[in-house]
Amino acid sequence: MPLRLLKYGFSRDYPVSGDIPATPDLKPSCDVVIVGGGGHGLACAHHLSKYHGISSVAVIEKGYLAGGNTARNTTTIRSNYITPEGIAFYKEAVELFEGLSQELDFNVMFSQRGQLTLAHTEATLRSFHSRAEMGKHLGTRTEVVDQKTVEELVPSVNMDYGGALEILGGLWHADGGTARHDAVAWGYAAQASRRGVEIHQRTEVEGFEVVGDRVQAVKTNRGRIACGQVLIATGGMNYDVALMAGVELPIRCYPLQAMVTQPLKPWLHTLVSSVSLHTYLVQSSRGEVVIGGGSDPYQLYSTRSTLDMKEHLAEGAVHLFPFLQGVRLLRQWAGITDMTPDYSPIMGASPLENLWLDCGWGTWGFKATPVAGKRLAETIAKGRAPDILKPFALERFETFRLLNEMGATAASH
Amino acid sequence: MKILTCPMNGPRNIDEFQSFGPVRAEQDPDRTADADWSRHLFRAENRKGIVVEWWRHVPSNYFFLAERDLVTNQVIRTFDASERRAQS
Repeated sequence: MPLRLLKYGFSRDYPVSGDIPATPDLKPSCDVVIVGGGGHGLACAHHLSKYHGISSVAVIEKGYLAGGNTARNTTTIRSNYITPEGIAFYKEAVELFEGLSQELDFNVMFSQRGQLTLAHTEATLRSFHSRAEMGKHLGTRTEVVDQKTVEELVPSVNMDYGGALEILGGLWHADGGTARHDAVAWGYAAQASRRGVEIHQRTEVEGFEVVGDRVQAVKTNRGRIACGQVLIATGGMNYDVALMAGVELPIRCYPLQAMVTQPLKPWLHTLVSSVSLHTYLVQSSRGEVVIGGGSDPYQLYSTRSTLDMKEHLAEGAVHLFPFLQGVRLLRQWAGITDMTPDYSPIMGASPLENLWLDCGWGTWGFKATPVAGKRLAETIAKGRAPDILKPFALERFETFRLLNEMGATAASH
Repeated sequence: MKILTCPMNGPRNIDEFQSFGPVRAEQDPDRTADADWSRHLFRAENRKGIVVEWWRHVPSNYFFLAERDLVTNQVIRTFDASERRAQS
């Protein structure tokens, strides 16, 4: 590094190498077309090219790389879910995040500082006990903590509201953390493109050529690609894109709103969330306090922000940390969440033989990026879903084997 | 604050209302096959476009219907459920 600095520091000939190559021309065919250039699609491309020897892969992205829900989430990583199937799946996600910077040779700034979910009622505390026991049974670090421990973990939290919504305890999840969401996508994109994966930005899917029970080609605004396999990983647009292939998913779209404050000195060292207040907070490495996540109370395909939802989030934040009352908001945004009836994702087979689904990611998608990519690459390469993905199949709705994860998050849905 | 016009109470703040989602065709559980029942339970209208939805004005517990655009969020009209029954 110092030698390169000396050599090129005053030269105009510095060899610029971007991490992600410019969009190439569209090839007439390739083995795998991944629709959606977000974290999930890029992670799948990385795993296909590195571990399964499949590098004839085109990632098709309507906008720019990782500009959808990969850019709009609040970067939480955790595995303290409710069902054994869900916990096992997200546990693998956390483990992959622990080694992700090494895997990608790209610093994803994984910060495993623990997540504390607060209980303001006895009923919430009881549900925490059940989550903690299930989590421990499956080998995650999840435990119920009392008021004293809450105060030790987050000394600045307002424990008592004059009798209303007093903090009774919490669910402490030492495995929880955050990572830089853009870096996760860029790291996967850089690795995948180095192994021959083509990333087509500004390329919109306009339809699928379906013959019998197979997708023969993907039609885009830049031309047609004949394909062996197709993966749909388009976040908030999953319902819409799957419908183009004639697959109607059990998904309803709602905007999820979040915001960040101006930067403050580091004071909040864990992730804090409250199920009763429908609010969660985390201080980013820049010092900004990220506050989420308000789901709009009705279906919508708009990423506008609303004052009433921002007021609701601010109220929850000030409730927990009253000294935030004078702090200014810096940015606000929303993303379209593709909500499933049971609050679990839909992964694996579709009614079409060579069309695979990575859908129904609602408000829980970012944390699953590495594991969804890894396991769906395995699914595509082998032609069938591995055991860990089987409970998440689309057919669970027809057999009424739902995976209820409602209440496993503080987002207000 | 967004205003929704209730057919009974007139224009009110949207936080006085609760959305009950798109209208679904009624099914007879005794005569419906499992696959169709699953569809009925889990698949709601989610296409980009105009949907007819159930809404409730919470203080008066009055249920009514609204036509709303899922992309622009524009409420095209609200009407009493008897109007829909008269049509069908």
